Amino acid sequence: MLPSRFEYHRATTLQEALALLDEHGEDAKVLAGGQSLIPLMKLRFAAPQHLVDINDVPGLDGIEERDGSLTIGALARHRTLATDGTIAARYPAIASAAPQIADPLVRNRGTIGGSLAHADPAGDLGSVMLAMGASVVLTGSSGQRVVPIGEFLVDTFTTSIAPTEILTEIRVPTPPPRSGGTYLKLERKVGDFATVAVAVSLTLQDGTIGSAGIGLTGVGLKNIDATDATAALAGAAPTDDAFAEAGRLAAAASSPVTDVRGSEGYKRHVVDVFTRRGLASAFAMASAG
Amino acid sequence: MEITITVNGEARTADVEPRMLLTHVIREELGLTGTHIGCDTTSCGACTVLVDGEPVKSCTMFGVQADGHEVTTVEGLAAADGLHPIQAAFQEEHGLQCGFCTPGMMLVGAALLERNPDPSDDDVRWAISGNICRCTGYMNIVKAIQAAAKATAGAEPTAATA
Repeated sequence: MLPSRFEYHRATTLQEALALLDEHGEDAKVLAGGQSLIPLMKLRFAAPQHLVDINDVPGLDGIEERDGSLTIGALARHRTLATDGTIAARYPAIASAAPQIADPLVRNRGTIGGSLAHADPAGDLGSVMLAMGASVVLTGSSGQRVVPIGEFLVDTFTTSIAPTEILTEIRVPTPPPRSGGTYLKLERKVGDFATVAVAVSLTLQDGTIGSAGIGLTGVGLKNIDATDATAALAGAAPTDDAFAEAGRLAAAASSPVTDVRGSEGYKRHVVDVFTRRGLASAFAMASAG
Repeated sequence: MEITITVNGEARTADVEPRMLLTHVIREELGLTGTHIGCDTTSCGACTVLVDGEPVKSCTMFGVQADGHEVTTVEGLAAADGLHPIQAAFQEEHGLQCGFCTPGMMLVGAALLERNPDPSDDDVRWAISGNICRCTGYMNIVKAIQAAAKATAGAEPTAATA
């Protein structure tokens, strides 16, 4: 399958890429890993007239801790997220999600920035970023703005990015000591979209739950921030009852639809179970740390 | 658009439309038909090639993106003096039935052995999890990749004595 015709631009600096977006506006799309955009173009769901390839723009793929946050360059590949030592040490929700994204070949090309900008409700990283309270940095030719992930993800395949902006960086607050997190994903086979997945993060403070984050994948029009569940957890004792209540609230916040992967009721049940399990596992991790 | 790709060690130039996928450039412009097109939807891995040493699906990359990069196809595995260890092992262990997924499986296997010379059963299954064998001949594919690992270790005295 061939996409519609387009003009290909390979940018070698961020300024060059932004100038191309300024020139072509909504007729242009940014090409990073291409693992979602190219399939969409082949199916003719997307037909941009200009592709701005940013793979050769230097400095967009770094991963480092800075000013209380983990800064992840938008071009960091999923494979790098899955193997990075800093992520493995202190960002368990990301470390656990990354190797579950698509398949090894897709992870070799796919990028975190591309995945978030694609805003697929079945995308894994959006939920992880919601659970971790991350923000994205959107860069345009006239400056940068930092947008919380919950405001960035607007709807199915829709974000608050302007056509002249590039998502250049993701900032994930460094979890305090005594934190844990994980990502539980149900898929029919490797490479399939999630039937349901749940991202969880949890921080203990003086024996109670200081804060928690829960993001839901594949059970709504976008990745869902289960705020009722996390509000109930904040300040509560880390008990099975508290986790069960959070599971119930997270399931209530989901709005899955029946499809080939399962019925609405089944998916809602999995949200409940995965939220409870994820919280128990994050709690165990936080207690040990 | 004129592009130059180092394919199997040799600089190859082609004039291609930007919308042409890498897999079409390899098969139709360069005449290397060992790279197969299976699903054409990023699902099956039959079109796997190595770009700068890493396995990727060539149906999900534009040819123009490979401009200035190194691509290895199944035709690049064998050396002048014989089969690549992974090819010999697939032959010996009957790692193929219909053969359609085989180029992708061998390239993924070769890339795995570059990083991990002694992969466990799980390591191999993990590495090939983006490649589908519709004959379901996975047992022998896993055996073949592990046999290639053993053969490679045996052929290198430093590895054998380590």
